[in-house]
Amino acid sequence: MSLFTLGIARGLLGQVLGMVIGMLLTCAVRILLGWEAWAAEPAWTVGAVCSIIGFLLGVGSLDDWLKWTKGIPTPLHHGPPVDKPAWTRYFSVDYNHKVIGVQYTVWGILLLMVGGTVAMIFRTELARSGLQFLGLDLYNSFIGMHGMIMIFAILLGVGGMANYLVPLMIGADDMAFPRLNALGFWFNVPGSILLLLSLFIGGWDAGWTAYPPLSARGPIGYQLFFLGVFAIGLSSIVGSLNLFVTLLRMRPEGMSLFRMPIFCWAVFATSLIQLTATQLIGTSFLMVSVQRALGMGFFDPRGILGEVSPMVGGGDPVLFQHLFWFYSHPAVYIFVLPGLGIVSELLPVFSRKPLFGYKWIALSSMAIAIVGFLVWGHHMFVSGYNDILRIPFMYATLLVAIPTGVKFFSWLGTIWGGKVHFDTPMLFVLGAISVFLIGGLTGPILATVPTDFPLHDSYFVVGHFHATMFGGFVFPFFAALYYWFPKVTGRMYNETLGKIHFFIMTPAFWVQTLGQMGVGVMGMRRRIADYDPTLGAGQIENWQMAVTIAGFAIAFGVMLMLWNFFQSAEVGVAAGDNPWRSRSPEWQIPSPVPEHSFPAPLHVVGEPYDYGLADAGYVTTASTGDD
Amino acid sequence: MTATAIEHGPEHGHAADDHHHAGDSGLATYLENTRRNRLGMWLFFASEAFLFLALLVTRFYLWRGPHGEVVRPELDQFAGLIVTVVLLLSSYFMNRAEVSIANDKRTDFLTSLLITAFLGTAFLVGVVVWEWGMFPGIVKGHLKPTDGVFGAVVFGMTGMHALHVLSGVILILNVWWLGRKGHFSGERHWGVEACAIYWHYVDLVWIFFYPAIYLIGTTIDVPH
Repeated sequence: MSLFTLGIARGLLGQVLGMVIGMLLTCAVRILLGWEAWAAEPAWTVGAVCSIIGFLLGVGSLDDWLKWTKGIPTPLHHGPPVDKPAWTRYFSVDYNHKVIGVQYTVWGILLLMVGGTVAMIFRTELARSGLQFLGLDLYNSFIGMHGMIMIFAILLGVGGMANYLVPLMIGADDMAFPRLNALGFWFNVPGSILLLLSLFIGGWDAGWTAYPPLSARGPIGYQLFFLGVFAIGLSSIVGSLNLFVTLLRMRPEGMSLFRMPIFCWAVFATSLIQLTATQLIGTSFLMVSVQRALGMGFFDPRGILGEVSPMVGGGDPVLFQHLFWFYSHPAVYIFVLPGLGIVSELLPVFSRKPLFGYKWIALSSMAIAIVGFLVWGHHMFVSGYNDILRIPFMYATLLVAIPTGVKFFSWLGTIWGGKVHFDTPMLFVLGAISVFLIGGLTGPILATVPTDFPLHDSYFVVGHFHATMFGGFVFPFFAALYYWFPKVTGRMYNETLGKIHFFIMTPAFWVQTLGQMGVGVMGMRRRIADYDPTLGAGQIENWQMAVTIAGFAIAFGVMLMLWNFFQSAEVGVAAGDNPWRSRSPEWQIPSPVPEHSFPAPLHVVGEPYDYGLADAGYVTTASTGDD
Repeated sequence: MTATAIEHGPEHGHAADDHHHAGDSGLATYLENTRRNRLGMWLFFASEAFLFLALLVTRFYLWRGPHGEVVRPELDQFAGLIVTVVLLLSSYFMNRAEVSIANDKRTDFLTSLLITAFLGTAFLVGVVVWEWGMFPGIVKGHLKPTDGVFGAVVFGMTGMHALHVLSGVILILNVWWLGRKGHFSGERHWGVEACAIYWHYVDLVWIFFYPAIYLIGTTIDVPH
């Protein structure tokens, strides 16, 4: 079997060829125009655009559509490839949502490790004051890179959970548009490769937010960074579109919106943001990109329009911040809503009690998504925009606490009086609640204008943000990995190793996040490679060291989890179809899930979370009988 | 139009659940798939609306005079009006094409599609030659992309819109070509419908862009 039977190998070759062709094309056009043949920035930019197309053509994600334009029919192929080993489908274009879900998750975990490694490098640098081994530019590139790679990783993790679980949870055969689903995943691969490549052609040194005017003048790496984000953004848009249609048109008979598993509501709310707001980060980055490449001065502040000469300037960097944060604030709800959905999904299973306030939870997800569109300005309290804007943005931001509070009380109400089982997924759910509480309680401090002023751009923000991301995504994501591992592989993970992972990672994370907030209050600025060792009455170095050690402990815990999964997939005990005694449709079918998940259409006969109530069924199928 | 022809190509596309209907690729499956496709298309429009809204916000944020008043550059009003009329006319012919295929009037359908594609191309030529001045030998343009925020926003908005018109024209020509090969019928023509609503959507965007660029605000004269 040749290497190029694997789609991903063909895709990577296509990406390289696309890059070369794009560069040659640029040179050719420049020669025709009578300019100097080689100019690095346009060559890399056009090359990068062509490289994304080259990858998609190479991997074969566009094949069916290209045939449609010629009127050639392409019936969907089901099952593993006929003339190749079954495992190769995970490395090639495959239209089964379960395969795509695994592809998303694995690629997400890979990026999580890359992003974590980058963080460990600059965390080591920060353990002592002064510069030990990182230069200033590289440090700056690394912090931005850590941020953006982690955002990619989280979006992929969200995509993985949504793609694998949503069709199973609503008893559908697959997503509404399987080809678009595959395309949505494959966009991520060239996108993340471009992002990593940018580090080698100068990097980009203004942090992940890429504010102009710095980003408009920084190294060429910015162009690859923008295009990488563009590719991931396209993935988000087509993925959320697909989830919407799946959720709205493919539910079985009897499953009203308020009888869906609660995770589906979280995905619905997330998709609402992903479908719309993602356009704004694309537009804002595109504008910086054309400002760099073509001199279109959207954010070039030199000159005032119409005063000196209308031909000069008039651009405004603050506009970039408005456009950028219109996506990038709701984006954090893209990251946390599915995670909070996992928490709500798992708590009733491990508490053996109905979910407390199902409708309130469902609607609180929607409320967070909608209010999330109105709060972007709280990132800009010190940007110099009109003072009067601070007040509505402050109140809108504080409003987010209400639907979030609804979730917390519902979780408490669900656990209250329950027969709680402390398996690893449940531990991570409880860890998520504790960590998200830290993130949630430090939110209003930053949302309130007077307390934001001294803390803005300090490490306090970093601590708050990491608490929301770990509580809202990382802990629930790990809970989901442990919880659905037996469904995906058919085998049980090692419970002892899982518990060790939890008891290392949770305290370590508390130390990390509180430590980050602590050094922030002492006066540590974010995005600065060095700090004054006399800060915090000379104690800051000890705090920094504690944060660094905690970071390494978390990394160790993650490695332990991955080793556990690799090991258990081979030698774990057979898990059975429903080890958690869940009522959700995906646990009523065999593990691992067969090619066509459900042998017959589902019928919904009751409420999803009536745990502990006698004779309360949720779904039935003709062939598996009552649950 | 034979029964085998309509099984082909885009008209068979997006069949998510066709394995449950093996041997039964009947009208019911086609209609359900069309409902899904239609919803997907409108969600795509909702998404795109945010892209165009971002550009409109940019225009009204940046085109401000020294005292905060809304301003606009001096542009070729005649060219702007003509291309707008051409684009609106094209939507009429697109609609005519869709109605024709729904009534199985194949000749009308194909002719209307070609007229739409022609008008769309005329719009593109109008923008590229007259407004952008890409060929200074024919027409000298008013602005360059590098002319401050006037140049940036005019080229940004018309450029993003022109990209959509161009993709629409390619789509129309593809549909025309498939139509000639007999791929659509009165019962099954989702491909035509998708192409038509996309074209109307691109038109609709221009209805917002045209006044924003050409009509609203006081002019500030741009020295040549």
